[in-house]
Amino acid sequence: MSVTFTLNGESRTVDVDPQMPLLWVLRDTLNLTGTKYGCGMALCGACTVHIDGEATRSCITPVSAVAGKRVTTIEGLSADGSHPVQKAWMEEDVPQCGYCQSGQIMSAAALLAKKPKPTDAEIDDFMSGNICRCGTYQRIRKAIHRAAGLAAGKSA
Amino acid sequence: MTTLTLDRRAFLKTSTAGGAGLLIGFHLCGYAYTDPAAEQEKKTPNPFDAWVHISPENRVTLILAKSEMGQGVMTALPMILAEELSVDWKKVTVEQAPTNPAIYSHGTGGSGSVAGSWLPLRQAGAAAREMLIAAAAKRWNVNPNTCTAKDGGVLHGARKNFLTYGELAEDAAKLPIPDFQTVPLKNSSTFTIVGHDTLRVDAAEKATGRAKFGIDTRVPGMVYAVVARCPVFGGKVKSFDATKAKAVAGVQEVFTIDPVGPGAFSAGGVVVVAENSWAAMEGRRALEITWDEGPHAEESSEWLRNQFVENTSKPGKVVRSEGDADGALAKAAEKIEAVYEFPFAAHATMEPMNCTVQILPDRAEAWVPTQAPQWAQDIIAQVTKLPHEKVFVHTTLMGGGFGRRYQGDFAMEAAQVAAKLNGKPVMVLWSREDDMQHDFYRPASYHRLWGALDAQGNLAVWKHFQSSTSIQAMWNPKGEAEAEKGEFGTAVFIPYQTPNFRAEYALGKCGVPRAWWRSVEHSSSGFVVETFVDELAHAAKEDPLAFRLKLIGGDRKIPDFNNPKEGKPLDTARLKGVLKLAAEKAGWGKPLPKGIARGIAGYYSFESYTACVAEVSVKDRAIKIHRLVYAVDCGRPVNPDGVRAQVESAAVYGLSAAMHDAITIKGGRVEQSNFNDYEVPRIAEAPRTEVHVMLSKEEPTGIGEPGLPVVMPAICNAVFALTGKRIRRFPIRAEDLA
Repeated sequence: MSVTFTLNGESRTVDVDPQMPLLWVLRDTLNLTGTKYGCGMALCGACTVHIDGEATRSCITPVSAVAGKRVTTIEGLSADGSHPVQKAWMEEDVPQCGYCQSGQIMSAAALLAKKPKPTDAEIDDFMSGNICRCGTYQRIRKAIHRAAGLAAGKSA
Repeated sequence: MTTLTLDRRAFLKTSTAGGAGLLIGFHLCGYAYTDPAAEQEKKTPNPFDAWVHISPENRVTLILAKSEMGQGVMTALPMILAEELSVDWKKVTVEQAPTNPAIYSHGTGGSGSVAGSWLPLRQAGAAAREMLIAAAAKRWNVNPNTCTAKDGGVLHGARKNFLTYGELAEDAAKLPIPDFQTVPLKNSSTFTIVGHDTLRVDAAEKATGRAKFGIDTRVPGMVYAVVARCPVFGGKVKSFDATKAKAVAGVQEVFTIDPVGPGAFSAGGVVVVAENSWAAMEGRRALEITWDEGPHAEESSEWLRNQFVENTSKPGKVVRSEGDADGALAKAAEKIEAVYEFPFAAHATMEPMNCTVQILPDRAEAWVPTQAPQWAQDIIAQVTKLPHEKVFVHTTLMGGGFGRRYQGDFAMEAAQVAAKLNGKPVMVLWSREDDMQHDFYRPASYHRLWGALDAQGNLAVWKHFQSSTSIQAMWNPKGEAEAEKGEFGTAVFIPYQTPNFRAEYALGKCGVPRAWWRSVEHSSSGFVVETFVDELAHAAKEDPLAFRLKLIGGDRKIPDFNNPKEGKPLDTARLKGVLKLAAEKAGWGKPLPKGIARGIAGYYSFESYTACVAEVSVKDRAIKIHRLVYAVDCGRPVNPDGVRAQVESAAVYGLSAAMHDAITIKGGRVEQSNFNDYEVPRIAEAPRTEVHVMLSKEEPTGIGEPGLPVVMPAICNAVFALTGKRIRRFPIRAEDLA
């Protein structure tokens, strides 16, 4: 069965089992490997993408559920790494192994879209679904505050 | 960080081939680390495992056999080279060296990359610099002493002549390479790169999803496979029915692979090959398998604990004995006793194990996220019967290593699967559940401690009896005969002075695979030593910091009992230094808000010194960590911010083992399967962590792991200070706080 959706601004049609999770469609069918597999059960957040702007775990989202929707992955967050969250991630030197960071960044971007100036508690709450085994959490928190500042500076 | 295929001869001498520029091969020191893989590596004569290349186009490339798993070696190592070479470190490109055991070895572990590369990288950078200066002096017909290296080129002061390294590379290549032992190194007071906070080289690719990990390997025509492994360790396939699995859309083939013993310790099982990962997983779900559960099917954590208890109630193997510990204990007016227990712990790297292999008639290609590419190459050569030089291992970025990726099991499986696919490239992908249930776990261990104080409050005796499942019993060719090796770490040369010391050991036998988990034996030994000394301080009614400093006593160097020849001695001055610095920065002794208390721990591991002060509160039988204050002395910090990042990371990893992680065994299998039942710290639990880095001038030592051993005892000592409850088993349970 074919499913059509908008991926990073472009219309894409895939001919796959409609039950196949979006994660594997992105990674194996479309070779967009920035979105990561971590648990397969929406427990770790490594697979986070935006569906119509909402942070969503692609590992438990059947591809049929995104028909007609807008999907944004880390590759589409910005063309050149210039999204305020990405810039803040680089400036705070957040990544270590880096594997979870696509998901962390997609979650953080969704958070800031909703709450342009989140508190530490709001960050902890929203980001609690994203695991980092390198323990970069302290820098993630700082980077989200920095991104909030960068975004505010841009719009001002 | 691309892989380069290089001709062996090109590396054996400075290349003078036309257009090749200047190439110097050299050898990074291995870390004096007693694991079998490292021992194996030592056997091969390894003239070079790193090269610096300066092209006529003025590109500086550092090619080396080190793996990046987040620890920042691809940033720190070029910094060292760039410093001696006087070139902007950002202009140094790092390339992953291709695997070729005929000429050199690979291996990244034991917190040894910066420590082992420091001097060779400086020497290589200095040698290249001197050759380039000599080439420039010759070109200008001036005295080399009047020329200086600056900004990636050579400058002659009087005439203000300047030539870039690229312009000089060809000429320099014709000159003899200076003796590494005598080549002049920069005066460290002039360093402009080393010792300065530097952003990671790979942050941008990791913030944009461009970074390619092993799991991101995509090769034309590749297929994906998963393996159904016997859930019981040591079990194997008795029979299976693949009818339903083959009916799953996208499934291509189903077959078995055999378990492999020492050298790989892979489980074998039923393989499902499919056109994508999900189809492979769905196909596996549909398999019907009958297992032969083998000899370990009755094992459980409780059964193992009973072994530990029994083992430590009768005499064990004496690992070290000074004075007469048992006699002193018999005479002591008051004995302090404690038992500390640690469960198995899984690594749970964010990127599950995976490996991609393609086997063609005359060659094999492999894409392996590994800390030990050479081991992967050995394994693939063994399976394919190809000579090593026909097995090309591409070391990819790793989504976490922590010791798990030193193993060869995932490469073995991928090679076995690829061998049955007639040249088709295949990724063998592990699900999270596979990864959790077929790890090589941090050993479970059980420690009985006895101590006593003399009339002056000094340490009269320290006795430590450990029973554990031992890594060496599994990996050492001598097996159980040397089971105690590597199980005690610094716990057999503690800095606390006592006339009577005794360490005994007894092996707990089980079928659960064990190996190196971040900080290895120090994760338990650090806790045991730093908690028991705290218990003694309490018995002595002394301040825990003052008591430690008193027992450590004067400045001296204590030989590394485990590795007296190669290991650096424990320098008590440096240990006291970090304890005092952490205490000072944390405000040790100063009042805290009601309901918050402090605990401290200091420890020596991987030749580095770390101390941690934790501030905690306990509410509703749950611990909240308000702040961690670290002081670390890992010699000269190459990238201080990288050091801080590693310590922040080790703190969270250690916290994980204290607060959550436990792998328990029932029916010979792991009871946990994913992050729902093997919980790891999430952002809300991550404490504010301050890391104070000593500005030491000693040679750099390890930092990937040493931050870990002190965090658990610092937290639990704080809990005791607050509540009077001693945490002696992990993970911390609510009832232990009541």
